[in-house]
Amino acid sequence: MQTHQYDVVIVGAGGAGMRAALESSTRARTAVLTKLYPTRSHTGAAQGGMCAALANVEEDNWEWHTFDTVKGGDYLVDQDAAEVMAKEAIEAVLDLERMGLPFNRTPEGRIDQRRFGGHTRNHGEAAVRRSCYAADRTGHMILQTLYQQCVKQEVSFFNEFYVLDVLLTEDLSTGEVPEGTPVRASCVVAYELATGEIHVFRAKSVVFATGGAGKIFKTTSNAHTLTGDGMALALRRGIPLEDMEFFQFHPTGLAGLGILLSEAARGEGGILRNSEGERFMERYAPTIKDLAPRDMVARAMANEVREGRGCGPEKDYVLLDLTHLEPAHIDAKLPDITEFARTYLGVEPYTEPVPVYPTAHYAMGGVPTTIDAEVLRNPTDVVGGLFAAGEVACVSVHGANRLGTNSLLDINVFGKRAGIAAAAYAATADWVDLPEDPTALVIGEIERMRDKAAGERVADVRRELQETMDANAQVFRTAESLEKARDDVRALKKRYLSVSVQDKGRRFNTDLLEAIELGFLLDLAEVVVAGALAREESRGGHFREDFPTRDDEKFLHHTMAYLRRGATPDETEVTLGTKPVTMTRYQPMERKY
Amino acid sequence: MTAVLENSAAPDATPEVGAVPSFDVTLRIRRFNPEASEAAAYWEEFTVTAYGTDRVLDAMHKIKWEVDGSLTFRRSCAHGICGSDAMRINGRNRLACKALLKDLDPSKPITIEPIKGLPVVKDLVVDMEPFFASYREIMPFLITSGNAPSAERLQSAEQRERYDDTTKCILCAACTSACPVFWNDGQYFGPAAIVNAHRFIFDSRDEGAEQRLEILNDKEGVWRCRTVFNCTEACPRGIEVTKAIQEVKRAMITRAF
Repeated sequence: MQTHQYDVVIVGAGGAGMRAALESSTRARTAVLTKLYPTRSHTGAAQGGMCAALANVEEDNWEWHTFDTVKGGDYLVDQDAAEVMAKEAIEAVLDLERMGLPFNRTPEGRIDQRRFGGHTRNHGEAAVRRSCYAADRTGHMILQTLYQQCVKQEVSFFNEFYVLDVLLTEDLSTGEVPEGTPVRASCVVAYELATGEIHVFRAKSVVFATGGAGKIFKTTSNAHTLTGDGMALALRRGIPLEDMEFFQFHPTGLAGLGILLSEAARGEGGILRNSEGERFMERYAPTIKDLAPRDMVARAMANEVREGRGCGPEKDYVLLDLTHLEPAHIDAKLPDITEFARTYLGVEPYTEPVPVYPTAHYAMGGVPTTIDAEVLRNPTDVVGGLFAAGEVACVSVHGANRLGTNSLLDINVFGKRAGIAAAAYAATADWVDLPEDPTALVIGEIERMRDKAAGERVADVRRELQETMDANAQVFRTAESLEKARDDVRALKKRYLSVSVQDKGRRFNTDLLEAIELGFLLDLAEVVVAGALAREESRGGHFREDFPTRDDEKFLHHTMAYLRRGATPDETEVTLGTKPVTMTRYQPMERKY
Repeated sequence: MTAVLENSAAPDATPEVGAVPSFDVTLRIRRFNPEASEAAAYWEEFTVTAYGTDRVLDAMHKIKWEVDGSLTFRRSCAHGICGSDAMRINGRNRLACKALLKDLDPSKPITIEPIKGLPVVKDLVVDMEPFFASYREIMPFLITSGNAPSAERLQSAEQRERYDDTTKCILCAACTSACPVFWNDGQYFGPAAIVNAHRFIFDSRDEGAEQRLEILNDKEGVWRCRTVFNCTEACPRGIEVTKAIQEVKRAMITRAF
């Protein structure tokens, strides 16, 4: 075991983690721990852009952006947070430009902007050009640019270090620590992939920027590595997760594969059609049609398929039609995604429409934080020295449904805030003592998994988890389907206890890490389903066929899910609480587009 | 040794209507276990059943998940954007997640080896540190002087287009590890580092071109390139790598960029 000491430890080197590192490393001694190489993170897969009311090409302002974000999130957005994000968006984009990000340009040489789903002028009048972009690889360019700046600032990275535990000064998992009691983070425990060695990183501030958990689903745009590590670690240590029942299904995944085709395709004029060639979004969202928010488009697509207007031999997808666009325009604005269609489906988007179907894309929920990225352990108390930003966190700026481009914005705005806040906290805080044996839990789990001679296969349990989540907790949900998912997940959690790995080695044991990641997925799936069952209404990305309307009387609040320890160490149960939604300017209205 | 999946038997003569056509494919994989008593590399063959849209990565996952959990490789996004899974597939560098099995003639065994020129850590995993060290050396970040402007820097669409191609790089190392010069001389900066220097040298906002050209004027710099074009062929992002290197060479002579 090795022990390290840093003022600030950042977990994750995607957009949020590196944006935080750029701030904290100039102010405090900082280390970034990442399970991948920094440029491998899934921020790089984001395509369409990052919205900010620059008004470079048409009238716009941050208040309209705030409104769109609140309405897009079906009024579950904390409006103070949305306001911060929309205001700071402008500086966030300019920061990136000054760091060298190669944005597409207007004829005047300014940052170009394009339309994106749910982003409108003057509170819904018409689609507005707000998304700043670099072709259809904006996320790639953000990730590269942030890494370039980290190289320039000589940020310390620990690559291929898996963080497997975060230690707190109080045991929150019992649910018995009274409100108001000070609780702090003391260290994280990490597993070095190359050697199998365990490292303890003592820190005054810990920032979680570990990304999402799309791998709880089978059909997903997410990377294999998006297993919700940070969310699950926090949950296991007694920190709640907020609004996990809200998961975004992106409308345009490549059919059967789930690979993302950016909403920018529709922003540039692409049209969704059913088997009759009908532009069906005209029926569902008469004003902005194909550029309605993702939850509505995904549901409309699933509904077309369900009513027999799907395409293909199985009638199980719809078509994204770009054939009316000029090939030169496609090449200039959408080169990557059209290449995906060619490579993976053998479809030529110049001349043929592309088969698409919704794909699990983004967790609106996550570790609850304040607008300064401080982690909350209940609706009011923060955990001293623990911060979270990006998809792992729930500020909540996305509410029940995130608008396209607001994730790249979120990581930049709240990543920066997290870095500043973490360094500021570390500047004044004392060191807390490490617990007696900080690595006990992690080493115990690793050895149990590695030393078991034979048992259940990781891949079997994971596949069954993903299949039940796709079948029972996807775009359409009912009490019946969710109960099925809940029972399946519980049964799988039992089977997980007998999982064993074949690779018994110490060096580069990815077999072992996949087993540990599966444990995270199971815990998170249980929370998603528990929240979805309890929320007997339909709002944003959460649609209950048995409760098809929004119910502000009963459910205009955030869900707070806690994992509480049961009678034995292997027994846990999810208990649900609530947290009020912060409203400033906007009262809930019916959501029409 | 050959491991065969139980369900990899030939499909029935009369497949179910609407069933996705499947085929068997054999992967011949270069293995290396650093912890074995006699740590030497060897070949191992696996036969699995694959489907029409499956990529090499899918077949490798099938092996790892159903046959041999110790098979080790890096991967993340699985659609050619994160750059984790560059491998030598049938003698050519590709991303395992972008190489479709049906395009590789699955009637013959498909050979899979780690990319060349970097130390092998385990199976298909190589030590990427020397690669990233070269990248860091060419100052891969925007260099400007004076105060930062309050708004954005202006750049025309033409100026932006000038370096567009080299901004696509995902640092997968497919190009550098396809270069015979790099195989023979690990000190050579390699195509990827030069591509990333190009991305800034030709960016109208950047003022560090002279410094980068000085770095690449080294004996291990651009002049080692023999225009073999392996790098261009290997690039999964379609970057015209050799052309970019030639443009850097020209800039070195003309000092025009």
